[in-house]
Amino acid sequence: MSQSSYSEIFRENRALIDSGASPVMNALRDRALACFEKYGFPDARCEEYLHTDISQWFAPDWGMNLGRVKLPVNPSEAFRCNVPNLSTQMHFLACDSYMKKDGQPTLVEGVTVGSLLEISRSNPQLVGKYLGSVVEMEKPGISALNTMFMQDGFMVHVPRNVRIDKPVQLVSLMSGAVSMLSCRRILVVLEQGAELRLLLCDHSSAARECLSAMVVECVVGDNARLELYDLEETSQTNSRVCDFFVSQGRDSSVHASVLTLHNGRTRNSFHSVFKGPGASLELDGIAISDGNQHVDNYSFVDHASTDCISSELFKYILDDRSTGSFAGKVLVREGSQRTVSAQTNRNICLTRESRMFTQPQLEIYADDVKCSHGATVGQLDEKALFYMQQRGIPMKEARMLLMLAFAGEVLDRIPLDSLRSRLTGLVELRLRHGQSRCEGCNVCK
Amino acid sequence: MEMLKIENLHAEIAGKEILKGINLSIEAGTVHAIMGPNGSGKSTLSNVLSGHPAYTVTQGKATFKGKDLLAMPTENRSHEGLFMSFQYPVEIPGVSMTNFMRTALNEKRRYLGLDPMSPTDFLKLMKQKRDLVKLDAKFMNRSVNEGFSGGEKKRNEIFQMAVLEPSLSILDETDSGLDIDALRIVAEGVNSLKTPETSALVITHYQRLLDYIKPDVVHVLYAGRIIRTAGPELALELEERGYDWLIKEFEDSNR
Ligand SMILES: Nc1ncnc2c1ncn2[C@@H]1O[C@H](COP(=O)(O)OP(=O)(O)OP(=O)(O)O)[C@@H](O)[C@H]1O
Ligand SMILES: [Mg+2]
Repeated sequence: MSQSSYSEIFRENRALIDSGASPVMNALRDRALACFEKYGFPDARCEEYLHTDISQWFAPDWGMNLGRVKLPVNPSEAFRCNVPNLSTQMHFLACDSYMKKDGQPTLVEGVTVGSLLEISRSNPQLVGKYLGSVVEMEKPGISALNTMFMQDGFMVHVPRNVRIDKPVQLVSLMSGAVSMLSCRRILVVLEQGAELRLLLCDHSSAARECLSAMVVECVVGDNARLELYDLEETSQTNSRVCDFFVSQGRDSSVHASVLTLHNGRTRNSFHSVFKGPGASLELDGIAISDGNQHVDNYSFVDHASTDCISSELFKYILDDRSTGSFAGKVLVREGSQRTVSAQTNRNICLTRESRMFTQPQLEIYADDVKCSHGATVGQLDEKALFYMQQRGIPMKEARMLLMLAFAGEVLDRIPLDSLRSRLTGLVELRLRHGQSRCEGCNVCK
Repeated sequence: MEMLKIENLHAEIAGKEILKGINLSIEAGTVHAIMGPNGSGKSTLSNVLSGHPAYTVTQGKATFKGKDLLAMPTENRSHEGLFMSFQYPVEIPGVSMTNFMRTALNEKRRYLGLDPMSPTDFLKLMKQKRDLVKLDAKFMNRSVNEGFSGGEKKRNEIFQMAVLEPSLSILDETDSGLDIDALRIVAEGVNSLKTPETSALVITHYQRLLDYIKPDVVHVLYAGRIIRTAGPELALELEERGYDWLIKEFEDSNR
């Protein structure tokens, strides 16, 4: 389907879309449509999307569940959680619909968490203040499309100085009787001094082709601390375009890890802006792919204030004919003195057929800054492999040890101990068993 | 019993023949030394015996404890009891010494049909073997050889040898980079592992090491061939006279 078909579907179904959503959401749609018609889907001519032509991904005639038909999924059945080390407060999305569970205990007094649709109906002031506030629609991408069609999703609001220790986990499952496009929306708001750990687990059933165009927007207040873990464990039939937008207040800190362990085609765009001085961002990623998988991570870190620190570390392990892309833009605006920024992208291509594209991009308009970047594409160290084999470690195991060591550098930066060991285990499982079945949430098994 | 028998071994790398017909036989319980000028093929021989993938054997054979050595994958040569102390030990960032040794040891046990070693037994073994070469415990949490000094790397090689208890140890210039005390410690470590069932092939440029590890036989390797085999007195003679006279004799006899 072309870009104009999406506009048409939107116009024709506007009443249906609105009635299944909330006034707060509906208020954003006119502008979204205008932006979408102006900028549209990015294609490969678009500089930020050089190696991923997502306009192609939208070409099939995807169905959308605009009439809010209840989907026959029982997520609590699909995901039985018995992780010994990881206790989370768990929520579910089926495609974009929040699945209500009875008896979900309140986290902490004053914290709002749950369905974006419900909360935006029951508390329009709160949601209206933040929804869309940090999302950039004035450029090619999927944010405008997501805003046109969003009807539900997930929201967490943590009030001033409230700290939530127990991680909040959102398990999203793309599944259904038909192939589908879903536009879920996730809104995370941390007021001044608040603290939250959020784990997003993205799954899909391998039986159908699915496309998700999701937006995750995070407003991180002064002195607040957000740890955001995004784990994709979908399947070869899944395509995912995910736009993250993070705005950080003075002295806030964010750690984000974006892990792509199983997927089909993935494009993650991470936009981050420092709105106040003294803030820090640690942005990490691991992509492990084989078969014909494709993983594209794009990041844009906007040093719009002084004294902020950003540190990025992305690593890819590409097997078979898989392709990877990383482009990281760091913008240090005029006057953003004492900026410290480091960006590293390291990649291993296990086969001749696998391809990696990497492109660091630094734009610096301040003079008192420390910025570095580095990118490498290589193979496993032959000398190390022989050394290990001489000591009796078979080739397969030796390769495994090197790959785990390679990914370990990223995993070691995960601040939450229990999650680090859990995710390390998942990475090991992934490396040992290849693109084997991912049925349900491995975090939860 | 014959530990290793090499017959007419030819090997090349990148299309260039380096070993040009090596014949060598090592009995169990004996120590052989190989000396020879730089570039003569000593490390090549060690690498070929260990199964380094960059080398191609074009002729000849090697029998290790009655088995066809060259037919085995590298890890099985190790499991069967072949150990090579590397002239240049390799750094493996991100793989801890403990994890490395546990994996190596348990792979060997698996090959021999044994269960993995219990964690307590493993820790005990590590400590006992570390003590043998006076390797500090702190190295065990570090990545393999990463940030180790030259001497520490060599000590680590002998530590690994002690853990794996090979029947044939090839020590490729294990003495280089060692200070006087470390040389003694390493040599004593090697000697303490010596039994009537084990053998060693010691590659060195200096008599120093041979003062501690007494060889039964000394060979001189030159341009891919063994040009002289004699008793321990040959090493002393070489120390005094260098290689030129030997090379000249060899070339004259081949004229
Ligand atoms: N990859 C390679 N391609 C071509 N020639 C090589 C390669 N590797 C080694 N050689 C050559 O093989 C020959 C033997 O090298 P080797 O390392 O076995 O010597 P060595 O006797 O151990 O020397 P040293 O005493 O300096 O350690 C040298 O001439 C070396 O340049
Ligand atoms: Mg050498």
